Amino acid sequence: MKKVTITIDNQVIQVPENYTVLEAARSIGIDIPTLCYLKEINEVAACRMCLVEVEGARNLQTSCVLPVREGMVVRTNTKKVREARKATLELLLSNHNRECLTCTRNGNCELQTLADELGVKDIPFEGEKTVAPVDTSSPSIVRDPQKCILCGRCVSVCQNVQTVGVLDFTNRGFKTVVGPAFDKGIGNVPCINCGQCIAVCPVGALREKESIDYVWEAIDDPNKHVVVQTAPAVRAALGEEFGLPMGTRVTGKMVAALRRLGFDKVFDTDFGADLTIMEEGYELLHRLKNGGKLPMITSCSPGWVKFCEHYYPEFLDNLSTCKSPHEMLGAIIKSYYAEKNNIDPKDIVVVSIMPCTAKKYESQREELSHAGYQDVDYVLTTRELAKMIKEARIDFVNLPNEDFDEVLGESTGAGVIFGATGGVMEAALRTVAEVVTGKELENIDFEQVRGTEGIKEAEVKLGDLAVKVAVAHGTGNARKLLEQIKSGEKEYHFIEIMACPGGCVTGGGQPHVSAKDRMTKDIMKERAKALYDEDKAKEIRKSHENPMIKKIYKEFLGEPNSHKAHELLHTHYVERKNYPVDEENKYKEYFCDCK
Amino acid sequence: MEFKFNWEENKDKIEELKKVIEENKGKKGALMPVLHEAQRIFGYLPIEVQRMISEGLNIPLAEIYGVATFYSQFSLIPKGKYQIGVCLGTACYVKGAQAIIDKIKEELKLEVGGTTKDRKFSLQATRCIGACGLAPVMTINEDVYGRLKADEIPAILKKYME
Repeated sequence: MKKVTITIDNQVIQVPENYTVLEAARSIGIDIPTLCYLKEINEVAACRMCLVEVEGARNLQTSCVLPVREGMVVRTNTKKVREARKATLELLLSNHNRECLTCTRNGNCELQTLADELGVKDIPFEGEKTVAPVDTSSPSIVRDPQKCILCGRCVSVCQNVQTVGVLDFTNRGFKTVVGPAFDKGIGNVPCINCGQCIAVCPVGALREKESIDYVWEAIDDPNKHVVVQTAPAVRAALGEEFGLPMGTRVTGKMVAALRRLGFDKVFDTDFGADLTIMEEGYELLHRLKNGGKLPMITSCSPGWVKFCEHYYPEFLDNLSTCKSPHEMLGAIIKSYYAEKNNIDPKDIVVVSIMPCTAKKYESQREELSHAGYQDVDYVLTTRELAKMIKEARIDFVNLPNEDFDEVLGESTGAGVIFGATGGVMEAALRTVAEVVTGKELENIDFEQVRGTEGIKEAEVKLGDLAVKVAVAHGTGNARKLLEQIKSGEKEYHFIEIMACPGGCVTGGGQPHVSAKDRMTKDIMKERAKALYDEDKAKEIRKSHENPMIKKIYKEFLGEPNSHKAHELLHTHYVERKNYPVDEENKYKEYFCDCK
Repeated sequence: MEFKFNWEENKDKIEELKKVIEENKGKKGALMPVLHEAQRIFGYLPIEVQRMISEGLNIPLAEIYGVATFYSQFSLIPKGKYQIGVCLGTACYVKGAQAIIDKIKEELKLEVGGTTKDRKFSLQATRCIGACGLAPVMTINEDVYGRLKADEIPAILKKYME
């Protein structure tokens, strides 16, 4: 890349010619403030925080979208710049619900941080404030327009990255609100609950619907047997909430913390993942052998499942009928585990700790139940778990490492890597390959499906069978892949899709990472590394070799895909309407010409 | 305010919209011309019409709604048979246009930007219409009423009620 020479704050530097002034400044440690800017996702120069003085320019310039130019002279720290930034911030704050003490983002809010850093001592502007109700219509996502600073990050991620597009700016001027069409609640539009909007929100305008109080209540109820399970990705990120570096694996401390919170049993969703591999692996083999619907697509990600139901219903038969791992484990806890331990399933409360907001919606799906009980009662995000640990005054960092409880805490390396994009595929291949060939794999690391490329492809030899697989993460990439399949351009046997870019490690329920850190850290990679490290450290790395999996099939389920397994571990999907109107049948009749 | 979309009555209009969508599909910047046409054809842009455009052009409904609520020439509710415009330009305003608006609101039980349930009247506050010499000014469709006093309003409206 050609380089240009520019001067920033009297420092002469050379930077690649495709840099913005913001990138150039940050590359030499000059921290220009930003609010709306999100690298490659939202570069719109809306918030005016990144203003700088450029020699020869009449006005202050927004550095986040200003390309560097040979000979450019930039000043980032002049009186004019400081005053302009501060006045803009004060204006933003004048129409912000400043109840920081009770805000969910207290302590990690980017607006709060900037107010501190820019030395805002007083908000001189008094005027009207936006009045709009808090939107609690979704089981996953809460939207509070009075906290919104109209930065547009959520709009961009929803529209451009996820290609869902249920959020946009509505109305104009002072009345502008970011929200769904026709002032509908976010629970009443085709939102897939992925929570990527929450992950990118700099303030508390978007957040998960908390279930912490319900869980405390269950724990405090002596008649309830409260069982907790943790998804693989949680252990790769929870430490960040307690100041540990990104990518620190905290499995043992997490288990210890959960025990101290008062859960009766601490199980590992990885066991559910191993179970998923058994069921899904055999389902794939069955489809391959018996001319079943192909490609088969994974169904672990509830955001992806809802995306498929809304936007690609023609692929619903391609979805594996397997419930997602935590739902499987929930069903097993309320059947096998209840039976074994002589506990009435009505007294069992299953709590899932997930990196995910879509799991909250999923856990309420009627069909994910058995014998009248929901498989999972409450879902907490990684962030919510961190809040509970803090509330309980547990010194997380200094906790000893403890192991999951026996029986359903046993898991393999295959289960662990479910949390990273490509992980389910790799775990499935490890098992399917050995089942098909009857021989042990020489190399169980399927590097082709690892990494953070949007769509990954591989052809894997399973005995005589050449199986074409693909992995997509982020529903924008999923859409690309599905369109290629629809047009006949591509053909596959087996596909893994995760709704969130990066897979579960960067799910919508994971600890917040500021826009500033996103510029320098590869979150997907660093968190995924924690999982691949744990996989490597595990004695057993293939689902079908998990002794507890063998035991549960022998004692309880019979074979994979048996009648009992189907009853407990499989589900079905429905086509969902996007924005239904009053007379939906007439809409079809008059507009689509289809009755 | 609820206005039910009548599918039978709008049958031909829907066909017309389909043609407009077809002509603009795939073009860059297709949304604005299609919204303009839709506003002309239906007189307003209810969710039914916006959804047709959304599906037809493959643009998220939230984006279309965002555009439709940004520009004041688009309306989410039908305009009345008689469209009342009260000028709120500087001259009219100082000559008491607010009292005129208040009187109309009271008489027709109508908010600015709204339409009566029988779809007979709709009310807009307009910018200067260039008849400052007649301030305060009100228009009802093509008719212009100048040098108005609030107590003349009931009699004027009555003419349109039959």
